[in-house]
Amino acid sequence: MENAIEVSSLSKYFGEIRAVDGISFQVKKSELFGFLGPNGAGKTTTQRMLTGILKPNSGTIHIMGFDLFKHPSDAKMLMGVVPEMANPYIDLSAWDNLMLMGELYGVPKRKRKQKAMELLEIFSLQDRKNQKTKGFSKGMKQRLILAMALIHEPELLFLDEPTSGLDVQSARLIRNLVRELNSNDTTVFLTTHNIEEANQMCARVAIINSGKIAAIDRPENLRNTIQSLQSVEVTFAKAINDLESLQTIENVSEIRKEGDKLRLYTDKPGDVACQLVEYAKAHELQVLSLNTLGPSLEDVFVHLIDTKGEQNAS
Amino acid sequence: MQVSNFPLRMKMQFRCSFTIAKKDAKIYYLKAPVLIFGILFPLCLFLAFAIGRDISPNILLPGLVGMTLFFTASSANPIVAPWETRMRTLERLVSTPASISAIIFGDIFAGFLYGAVISIVPLLIGIFAFGSDVVKPYLLAIDIVLSAFCFSALGSLLSSPPTDNPSNVMMLSNLVRLPLIFISGVFIPIKKMPAWGKAIAPISPLTYASDLARYALLDKGYYPIPLDIVMILVFTLAFVIIGITIHQRSMPKRF
Repeated sequence: MENAIEVSSLSKYFGEIRAVDGISFQVKKSELFGFLGPNGAGKTTTQRMLTGILKPNSGTIHIMGFDLFKHPSDAKMLMGVVPEMANPYIDLSAWDNLMLMGELYGVPKRKRKQKAMELLEIFSLQDRKNQKTKGFSKGMKQRLILAMALIHEPELLFLDEPTSGLDVQSARLIRNLVRELNSNDTTVFLTTHNIEEANQMCARVAIINSGKIAAIDRPENLRNTIQSLQSVEVTFAKAINDLESLQTIENVSEIRKEGDKLRLYTDKPGDVACQLVEYAKAHELQVLSLNTLGPSLEDVFVHLIDTKGEQNAS
Repeated sequence: MQVSNFPLRMKMQFRCSFTIAKKDAKIYYLKAPVLIFGILFPLCLFLAFAIGRDISPNILLPGLVGMTLFFTASSANPIVAPWETRMRTLERLVSTPASISAIIFGDIFAGFLYGAVISIVPLLIGIFAFGSDVVKPYLLAIDIVLSAFCFSALGSLLSSPPTDNPSNVMMLSNLVRLPLIFISGVFIPIKKMPAWGKAIAPISPLTYASDLARYALLDKGYYPIPLDIVMILVFTLAFVIIGITIHQRSMPKRF
């Protein structure tokens, strides 16, 4: 068995609304897989089906070879789950929250105590061990939630927006830890709308839009598929307010002003760069910086979402 | 550990229920206001009825025991699911290996323990302050155990609407529970009730709990003892089955 997650023809309806529309994909063992999409695309609904919280209207889910709906306990024992916006029990201490989760997953008493101490240290919560989580900051709560998901040393970790709304330090701590877990063979299914986070962390990403998978590949491959989203970024010493004068440059599909920079979208970036140098000479402008850029994952994401949106509209 | 094996799976689900009951006890029951309310509310209702009337406290004690059992065992259960939905702790719980049935049984078990323990307080007051006798201790024990479980299951059933607003559920809960006091022979023994009262008394589980308490403390009751026991069991089974069925349907709507 090579796949940690196997999803086939998965659909979910809420009344008339089709939240997830017949999606199929696989996540390999030890893979860090990103699940991206705009708000309302079906990301959280998909994760909730994968973690056994929602039942699909059709389709199958296999977790580490176990059919999730025929053998839910077997499948769930192998998962650690951090739901979106989840909270620990605020009337319990950090320690009691960890013990509760350890007991629910059947971790023997000695082992769960040992693991809880280890996790509190990793997440810098050892000083707050016996405090009720009511007074914890959002970052501390999120770290505790992740610790709770790891108490039974799961083989597969589901994270839904794990760094959303966190301070930089907590977000970085969580990202580093997720990378480390993944390097130790834990499979990670990361649901996020933070494209840069997915770009930095994930080996493969799936982009979901309107309940359908729009693309699924390595971030680099996705970027390479869209040549038209290559661009040249230029900064002149003097600001140019009249973008019309740049229309003389050939092979440019779009010009955008981004702060003090200009970004010219083209499928021939080398050619456009040369023309920009000529343009600067002609207009007696000093070039401060000139870069050719491939499409970012965000460009790919926006391109795919827009394309699918137009297709659906037509 | 593979838990596909049926006995192992049952053992695991039982362990989950026990863990959830411990969690409920810490969060909802072992708190001074909850403990005090569990005793004060039935006691105040009882005093409101008893003060100024020429009735021996011994006669009223079975009703007080039955009412305490009813209000304590079904007190916190209705708010557990809505509260945990609102606090965003329920989704995490549902994603664990604990089945929805195990979660509900855990909640019922916590309410059962709370109701059974608190109901001893009015009993002790009756015995030591008013010299009441427990004529049939075994029957009292059966009554406390069965009724506490039954009322706790009722509380769990009342928490099944998929809302995250505890006050909505408490309104429904009181709408169901308060009228039952007046048709269950708590203040007035069933045989002294008017014909319409006698006709509707059998639809309340509290009727049978109070009747059993009356047998245990006064050695007299209205229905035969086996009927009281069977009816409490039937109500319990109905509350558990209907409760779990509705919770299974409503749980996905909570997220």
